[in-house]
Amino acid sequence: MKKILLIGNPNVGKSVIFSRLTGINVITSNYPGSTVNFTKGYLSIGKEKFEIIDIPGTYTLEPTSKAEEVAVNMLNEGGDLIINVVDATNLERNLNLTLQLLKQNIPVIIALNFWDETKHLGINIDVAEFEKKINIPVIPTCALTGEGIKELINRLPEAKSKIYEYEEKEKWHEIGNIVTQVQKLSHRHHTFLDRLEEISTRPLTGIPFALIILFITTLIVRFIGEGLINYILEPLFNNFYHPAIIYAVNSILPFEFIQHLLLGTTPEVMESFGLLTTGIYIPLVIVLPYIFSFYLILSFLEDIGYLPRLAVLLDFLLHKIGLHGYASIPVILGLGCKVPAMLSIRILETKREKIITAVLVLMLAPCMPQTAMIMSLVAPHGIKFIILIFSIFFFIAVLNSFILNKLIKGESPELFVEIPPYRVPYVPMVIKKMWIRLKAFIMEAVPLIIVGVFIIGILDISGITNFFANFFGQPITSILGLPKETISVMILGFLRKDVSIALLIPFNLDIKQLIIASVFMVLYLPCIATFFTLIKEMGIKTTLIIVLIMLFTAIAVGALLNIIFLFL
Amino acid sequence: MNLTQLKEGEKCKVVDTHGGRGMIKKLDALGIRTGIEIIKINSQFMRGPIVVKVGNTSVAVGYGIAEKIIVEPISQQKK
Repeated sequence: MKKILLIGNPNVGKSVIFSRLTGINVITSNYPGSTVNFTKGYLSIGKEKFEIIDIPGTYTLEPTSKAEEVAVNMLNEGGDLIINVVDATNLERNLNLTLQLLKQNIPVIIALNFWDETKHLGINIDVAEFEKKINIPVIPTCALTGEGIKELINRLPEAKSKIYEYEEKEKWHEIGNIVTQVQKLSHRHHTFLDRLEEISTRPLTGIPFALIILFITTLIVRFIGEGLINYILEPLFNNFYHPAIIYAVNSILPFEFIQHLLLGTTPEVMESFGLLTTGIYIPLVIVLPYIFSFYLILSFLEDIGYLPRLAVLLDFLLHKIGLHGYASIPVILGLGCKVPAMLSIRILETKREKIITAVLVLMLAPCMPQTAMIMSLVAPHGIKFIILIFSIFFFIAVLNSFILNKLIKGESPELFVEIPPYRVPYVPMVIKKMWIRLKAFIMEAVPLIIVGVFIIGILDISGITNFFANFFGQPITSILGLPKETISVMILGFLRKDVSIALLIPFNLDIKQLIIASVFMVLYLPCIATFFTLIKEMGIKTTLIIVLIMLFTAIAVGALLNIIFLFL
Repeated sequence: MNLTQLKEGEKCKVVDTHGGRGMIKKLDALGIRTGIEIIKINSQFMRGPIVVKVGNTSVAVGYGIAEKIIVEPISQQKK
């Protein structure tokens, strides 16, 4: 099978073209570094089948970062054809890579992407002249809408290699020549997006702007999340699903043991822990709405291109803990789920930065499912307790990274990143991205929650929980001031951290215990999916160190809270 | 004069880039190299990063890197 490599600068839309060619949906965003590893897919043209590889963006074939190294290694493994995705609005810089690719022994074809944007930027590129100049096919594309993709596929056979000779020293001169001959610039008008650019990046207006965005985001996430729960999902569940499933199970399976397993022992859905009641209620009714609303906002912010601006604004703050602004991207992704956050840490350069960022991301706030559970459990006691819990996380995370910054030797590197232009989000793309993320949650979380609920039932019945509770549980839970049976919840929390908090309900904890338990259960361990991602990204040793830091912090903070609460 | 000393909104020509080989390579890859014209768009307080316009792209560089980009302002007599 022939291998086609998709190569280009960061943030030129390689992944969107990849989706167009293969039909495989991948997460795409408007900032450099969305793709940190390669993705494979297939394209059939007539009878022939091609393997297409989406490679992380690189500015040059002399790699300066890990993601760029991946790109160069992929190229060195060889391929039969290169689709060089070029940003039409940045011809000069993109051609640097193009010329380097033309020196390889692989045929190249150019997809001139963001073609639609050139018009309102006042850029006029003479495609015919461009093709003549560099002797390979150049196809203008607008990957988002799919324009030009068909022509790109049709002209793949015309790709050529080794037809452009130049001296390395004369590289920029050569590029300059091409650009002046094929590109004409005309005056452009200032647009609304330019205005937005100014407001959101000047420090005086940018910081208030960021706070407003944060406020609106929280507001919308809660509004949509709670709205979906209260007016749609909860009524649907209570009025239709719940009675129906109880009726169905009771009439089809007249065995008490199985009924208990599937439906739980009490009619109270949050306490029953039946596979088909609580096991469905937690992920789909309580957690899903918040995931949906969070990713809706995040997807818009990502596609508009706000995140890199935020990175610039927050740079000076993150320097205080030995990081630079780009660490704010994993932090924000981590508010949703820690797994993509850990993957995005790859865009940072040094080991030191990666460890500090990982700890910051893991401690700063729980993931969205856990946040949803904490909200639904603690909110009835008063919103001030939720604010207290989140302030504790914030304080602990900052303190921990501050200490790590002092402990781990090394320089804190400087921010150096391309800021993509603001773009109007393309709604079908945003919806597609939402769908990828929701599907991932439903496919992974729902089975795990059901398994988790099942395991806790088995552990309970077989007496293993009791054994653990007596053996390890006593010391830990007495330090934290929690009932010793909560140890089984702590064991399970490793599987799904959001369920673990729901599992606390039957213990009827008071608000002090609830605060301690929430803080402890968020901090003590990463969930199993995050754990394995960490191992993959940073190796087993570093992962264990990070886990130990978390465990130690969780116990220390829990114990401290317990002592403080004794005096209140 | 280096990039940090330039006024916001001012256009300049890059005269030299200091720093390690890796840094110069990276600057070069993003189009910041001797002889090129760039515009300083804005800077953040407390030695925050500086955003410059290179061609049609904006690039954010940390304060420390900006100090190593030596520039010469281009007076804008004619508009």
